Formats: sequence, C-alpha cells, structure tokens
Amino acid sequence: MFISNPFAELSALIPPAFMQVFVVVMIVLVAAGTLFDVVHKGSARYFFDHWRKSRVKGAKQIDAAGLAAIAMKTGVVDVLASGEFCSARRRVAHLLTMYGFVAYVGATAVMVFCYPTPAVPTPSILPLLWWMGGLMVCVGGYWFWFFIRADVAAEGNSPLRVMHADLFVLSLLASVTLGLIWAFLQSRGAPGTSVIFGLHILASTVLFGSVPWSKFAHMFFKPAAAFEKRVSSANGLRSNLPAPADKPEVLGSTRAQPRNY
Amino acid sequence: MPTFVYMTRCDGCGHCVDICPSDIMHVDKTYRRAYNIEPNMCWECYSCVKACPQNAIDVRGYADFAPLGHSVRTLREEAKGTISWRLKFRDGREKNFVSPIRTTSWGSIKGPAEYAAPAAADLAGQELAHEPGALKVKGGLPALRPDQLKRGVA
Repeated sequence: MFISNPFAELSALIPPAFMQVFVVVMIVLVAAGTLFDVVHKGSARYFFDHWRKSRVKGAKQIDAAGLAAIAMKTGVVDVLASGEFCSARRRVAHLLTMYGFVAYVGATAVMVFCYPTPAVPTPSILPLLWWMGGLMVCVGGYWFWFFIRADVAAEGNSPLRVMHADLFVLSLLASVTLGLIWAFLQSRGAPGTSVIFGLHILASTVLFGSVPWSKFAHMFFKPAAAFEKRVSSANGLRSNLPAPADKPEVLGSTRAQPRNY
Repeated sequence: MPTFVYMTRCDGCGHCVDICPSDIMHVDKTYRRAYNIEPNMCWECYSCVKACPQNAIDVRGYADFAPLGHSVRTLREEAKGTISWRLKFRDGREKNFVSPIRTTSWGSIKGPAEYAAPAAADLAGQELAHEPGALKVKGGLPALRPDQLKRGVA
C-alpha cells in the first residue's frame, strides 16, 4: 500500500489528463487567490511603505550584501525552521504540517504528471513520500486543532468549535485525511472508495479555491513580515523597540519561571 | 489610548488573551490574531504589551504623559529579568529605561482565608490587615506620637 502509486491505480477510472487538468486548475486558483489577497488587503503596499519608512528613519543604512544576508537568514530561520514561533509546541506542529504538506503536494504533482498510469512504473520513494507527508500533516494539524489553537488553549473553548479562521486548517486536514483514507480503501478494493474520493476532491477544491478567504496566503506575507522585522532590527530602528538590556547583576528578587501560561 | 495589535506580527499564541485583566484581548474569528474587543475598557496596564513574545501589541500613551505623536514601546526579556522602555517624542528625543520584572511565582501569594483571623481588638488599632509583619520593616512603620504633633496650627 505504501509503495504503490494511488493515482496510477485511479487511472483505470479517471483519465490521467483529467487529473492533470485538475492539478493545474488548483495551481492557478492558488496563484490567482494569492494575488487577489495581496491586492485586496493591501499587504504588498503595507510592506513597501514600511520598508521606505524604515530606510528613512533607520540609524544605519544597509547595503545590498547586508540585505542579502538578512534575506538568507529570514529564509533559513523564519521560513524553513519556523523560527518566529514563540512556543515550541506550535513550532513543532507547524513544521510537521508545513513539511508534510510540501512532501504530500510535491509527490502528488510528480505522480500525476510523470507516472500517471501503471504502464510507467512509479519509484517506490514517491508513494512513500506521499504517505509520510500526509501523515505528518495529520499529526501536526490535528495536534494544533485539538490542543494548541489559541481559542482552545487560552480561552478554554471546545476543541470542536469551528469558525472562519479554521477554514484553511480544516480544509487542509479534510483534504489530506480523505486522500489517505481513499488510497487505503482503494488498495484494499473496499466499497465506498469513489464516495471518499469525491469528498477528497471537494475538500481539495475548497482548500485551494478559498485562498482569498482563508489564511492560505500566510506563506507569502509572513516571510515578508519576518524580513521587515529583521531589517528594522539591523538598521537600528528596531520598530521603535528598546535595545536589549545589559544583563543586570542583581535586579529584583530571585525569580521563578511564571507558570500562568 | 488603548492597545492595538500589529496583525502581521501576531502569531495568535493567546498570551495576551490569558493575561489581560480586563478580559478584552480576544482571538479574532476570521484570522486567528489577537485584537482588543473593547478599546474603551482598556486601562493601558501594559500587561499584554509586555507578555507578547512577538512585540506585536502597542499602546499610544496618554497626551499628559507625552505629547501626541510619540511612541512608547517595551521589551520584556525573561532570561535577564528586565523590562526595557523606549519613549520616543515626536521631536525625535528619546528616553530609555530598564526596570526589573517583578513576576511573583505562581501560587506564592496566600489568599485571605489562609491567614489567621484577626482579633476583635485589632479593629480599634491603626494597623491594617497583616501589619506590621507584612510591611517587613523592623519595628513597624515609623509614625509620629501624639506629643510630637503641633497643636493649633491653622
């Protein structure tokens, strides 16, 4: 099951061209939705305005090499390692979901376009990557959804509470979970496979088609915010924050780690 | 002037929701970012500003504290036990302060019921509950005796 290409098996029912067109439509929906999001919410204008203000008000001017170094650090620390998260649990959950999603989507695209039928044998690493990615999304996503969400963890609401902000995470979890269930049922030849596949397609369409209304586009504006934060820190403006304090020898009483959150 | 949240900085961790004594910092239902639901009930205690690990919350101080157009921002450094303040006036002048974090350990403050009940005669005394012990001043607070007071001063 873990080393067989589920899309090649599906080609007996659905023509590979249909699957490929569907993937292309999803990519177009994400690109168009993100562009609409950037224009509609004015996020690009906001960041460029901040950028200009920061350059004018900053105590130091950063040259091109400095900017490249900051961009590199942002990419490695804030994007690839989710360094912006303050909580280790949230960071681990985000890393699991992010890398799982990348592996899952990447393996899906390669299998659909390069190995669409059983006539072309699929390298076993691809289905394995697809399963591993899907399971990582499920572990990270359900962990976040049931235990880490701020309105559950901090406000004590029901873990089953659903609101607009959950559109992205819920459609992602539905899409991946249904995809894994469909692949499992298909490999066993179980009844109901087509129904689960239909629901998987529906959830995937909602996930990729709801970009302007969900937080899908955060993967584009969060790195921009992290970059702007690092530039502001490097040019001395520090977003008007104070400079880090010199470590005092004795300041206040013996302190214990607060446990109220 | 109440708190406001820079949405691009906030990661929706909920620390401000947890610490707000007015219970007015909530998580937005559309974007899962913190926001102040009732700005006119905010008393600018700066609890959320200091607690925010992303420095995503800001407050515009009152005009009697610094003229409008200023910026007051704080940086809480847990490991150093410090809170730094940076006040920028609109003419560009700056004032910087560092103060200790005085976080009291969770559960270390006794509730009123955990103290021994006061004697009825204590009602006639000048000392408040738990004084003089709670003052931690040897011999109690220094006070003037009646014979040290001037009489007939208009």
